[in-house]
Amino acid sequence: MSAADKQDAPQSALARFFDSDLWWSFTHSPVVMLAALVTVVIIFSAVFAPWVAPYNPFDLAQLDLMDSLKPPAWLEGGDPRYLLGTDDQGRDIFSTILYGARISLLVGFLSVIVAMLIGVTVGLIAGYAGGLTDTILMRIADIQLTFPAILIALLVDGVMRGLLPGSHENLAIFVLVLAIALSSWVQYARTVRSSTLVERTREYVQAAQVIGLPAPLILVRHILPNVLGPVLVIATIQLALAIIIEATLSFLGVGVPPTSPSLGTLIRIGNDYLFSGEWWITVFPGLGLIILVLAVNLLGDWLRDALNPKLR
Amino acid sequence: MLFFIARRLAQSILVMLTVALIAFTLFQYVGDPINNMVDQDTTLAERERLRQELGLNDPPPVQFWHFVQRVSHGDFGVSYRLKKPVAGLIAERFPATMELSLISAILALGIGIPMGVYTALHRDRLPARLFMTLSLVGISLPTFLIGIFLILLFGVQLRWLPTFGRGEVVHIGWWSTGLLTKSGLQSLLMPAFTLAVFQMTLIVRLVRAEMLEVLRTDYIKFARARGLKTRAIHFGHALKNTLVPVITIIGLQVGSIIAFAIITESVFQWPGMGLLFIQAISEVDIPVMAAYLLLIALVFVIINLIVDILYFVIDPRLRVNK
Repeated sequence: MSAADKQDAPQSALARFFDSDLWWSFTHSPVVMLAALVTVVIIFSAVFAPWVAPYNPFDLAQLDLMDSLKPPAWLEGGDPRYLLGTDDQGRDIFSTILYGARISLLVGFLSVIVAMLIGVTVGLIAGYAGGLTDTILMRIADIQLTFPAILIALLVDGVMRGLLPGSHENLAIFVLVLAIALSSWVQYARTVRSSTLVERTREYVQAAQVIGLPAPLILVRHILPNVLGPVLVIATIQLALAIIIEATLSFLGVGVPPTSPSLGTLIRIGNDYLFSGEWWITVFPGLGLIILVLAVNLLGDWLRDALNPKLR
Repeated sequence: MLFFIARRLAQSILVMLTVALIAFTLFQYVGDPINNMVDQDTTLAERERLRQELGLNDPPPVQFWHFVQRVSHGDFGVSYRLKKPVAGLIAERFPATMELSLISAILALGIGIPMGVYTALHRDRLPARLFMTLSLVGISLPTFLIGIFLILLFGVQLRWLPTFGRGEVVHIGWWSTGLLTKSGLQSLLMPAFTLAVFQMTLIVRLVRAEMLEVLRTDYIKFARARGLKTRAIHFGHALKNTLVPVITIIGLQVGSIIAFAIITESVFQWPGMGLLFIQAISEVDIPVMAAYLLLIALVFVIINLIVDILYFVIDPRLRVNK
């Protein structure tokens, strides 16, 4: 949002941002401010997990099996050193959540970026080229849109695991990112295509064509900056979806490997202890996931409504 | 209209061929099918003979053609993991998935449509606001977490409901049903509700938006002017016209219920096709993966075709324009 402002007038970008409708609607909605705060806190503590987390759950030297399966600190038998309790290997749940959120956010952001790259490229090409290229690309998009994203991610993940047997421990995260990206590029492609169709007929594009600029240059330098706005809104909403898909695939055991667990993997691990009464191993990562997704969803909803002139 | 259906049909066949090609590629490049069929004592010459017999030395397009022919006769080969014909495995698990999907679709519609109508008619009342907030939370809740929390509450803490499996089933011909026994119904409750929540939130939002749109139209105003009862206007006129787009969306949702069944079945260890597929993925059991891939694609293609045709049947305006 502020990126677009900076391009127009670098010297007063910040002042203009604080003067904008966007900032006004932000400061006048307590729910949105809370969601933004929660999101920032989670992202910050996930990125700086090695410094924020009280323990490094993957450093074997710090683990002690004597500390395993301790309930949260406020319950009977709890240990004040472990606020949210420990898992079967004596790992501090709070720390594993921070490290897990790191993986979840990493996969989420990467897959949104990859999906955006694919979608924006397809949308620009389809909108600018028109004709048969447009028809074929949009037909593919239509067909894909009839399948739920999570099913496509699962199938792509399954197929790629099949094609790359053996080595997928190391490749798991990349396979996952690609699977989620391939399941969600259509939204970007459709939006970018329809705005490109409009921009294509504008005078500045015609001028660029007349002076003989090559099509790729016109697309990237002239049309792209003008169609990027809605893309950022979609990206925020898709981030929540990407995190959910990642968690689901990891929970199903086809996502990231247990050696670098995400929130979904943690929930999968904890699920085995549900019946023996150690509920905290599952519930706290689950709550963490819900809070993260809800906060990002609220931000996305707000951004969509605030930037949509029709709703004002 | 005939032209439209023919075009859609051609497109559907193209989709199925593409999915078949993906499935075929899996067979081609993952492992050696011969190794999965013979033991270590088989000589090289015998392997070569088998290879020739099975047509594995033919050029890939010819092999693909044979593959399509086999698949269209329902022959998906033998599962690497379970050493049984895949078609039989799927048929065995088909009723479990279908019962789960059907019951949760009924749940989602039965709760979702009244909630949507209520939130549209009484927009500013407290329950309506509560429903809308709940539906946002519902969208943010991953399906598997709903299942886990339900298990924790009703299975582990309260011990009211069984947490895995289908309970006792009754066999009627080749169909096995859990709807006729008490334990079967109890086992169905939590998985069906878990699967229904996401669809329900979608339906509430959709019905609400459509209903608000319809209530603004002129014919509702005229119906009011004619002095019709509010009840007749809301349910006889508004709801009826709301349901046209809702039905098409619901048609499409049937597909995604089957997709989300994979997750629900995995949480509750429900012995359906989705669980079979997840196990196949983690064990790289290609024949099962390929069969599920093709089956799901077929279900989606058929549903889409029906929905497209329904559009023409339900909405007369489309017929005039084309």
